[in-house]
Amino acid sequence: MDSVVQLQRQLVDYRAQLFNEGFLDEQFNQLQQLQDESNPDFVVEVVTLFFEDSERLLDELAKALEQQSVDYRKIDAHVHQLKGSSSSIGAQRVQKVCIGFRNFCEERNIEGCQKCLQQVKHEYSLVKTKLETLFKLEQKILAAGGSIPLPM
Amino acid sequence: MASSSSSLPSMEFDIDEKPHVLAVDDSSIDRKVIERLLTNSTCRVTTAENGKRALEYLGLADGQHPNHGDLKVNMIITDYSMPGMTGYELLKRIKESPNMKEIPVVVVSSENIPTRINQCMEGGAQEFLLKPLQLSDAKKLRCHIKKLNN
Repeated sequence: MDSVVQLQRQLVDYRAQLFNEGFLDEQFNQLQQLQDESNPDFVVEVVTLFFEDSERLLDELAKALEQQSVDYRKIDAHVHQLKGSSSSIGAQRVQKVCIGFRNFCEERNIEGCQKCLQQVKHEYSLVKTKLETLFKLEQKILAAGGSIPLPM
Repeated sequence: MASSSSSLPSMEFDIDEKPHVLAVDDSSIDRKVIERLLTNSTCRVTTAENGKRALEYLGLADGQHPNHGDLKVNMIITDYSMPGMTGYELLKRIKESPNMKEIPVVVVSSENIPTRINQCMEGGAQEFLLKPLQLSDAKKLRCHIKKLNN
């Protein structure tokens, strides 16, 4: 059984890794700073909204790209939303794929769009797993009676 | 009645009277973030998911009878890109209203487009901020909040 100190160490290291690998950026820190004793679940709540919203958008995107006559404006609108929400939580790699995705929409490049959809699904899935791991670590620390270290 | 004792042009409110901000954004994530940012700066926040709902709340929707008796809004912050009505269109509607035009309106956008920014500023926006909003932006917003006289 890991001690609180060990768990806190793990969390700090894991967080640093996520930042170094570009999964998360400064915006995620901003969210953490908005969390306090009266809003202890703020980050989890925002990220959960992000998960729900993203899954909806990814479904819509898949459907839109399957249509006989592809509506690029609709696709662009969905990607714009996904870009916005990923930016709002600091999911940097997802945001970056969205930028390229919008370019392909503008060019009405179906293959480019399909490739980007696969990429963005992949990046989304990665960041989701990593955030869930991060939250689980936080829960472990709290359960062991410790407090979550503040971001640097 | 509160008197300002500091040298900064601070807005002082009665202890029970937090400034009330109407935040308009079609993204549930952004509504949540903005709400927290503002409540963190001791504001009371009402959110609306689009321009139409915002106008309804303000009593400015088509066919509505303006009913401003109890409504106190010290600032409106709106996203630019929204379905149905853009933040700019919402800004114009507010500025056209004799009762609401004095309320400071801040427009936010994820896109840094100079013509868009100019358009909003010329349309009467107090400020134009880029998303994603950060803690430092909350301080700027606080300065724009207008103290309404009862």
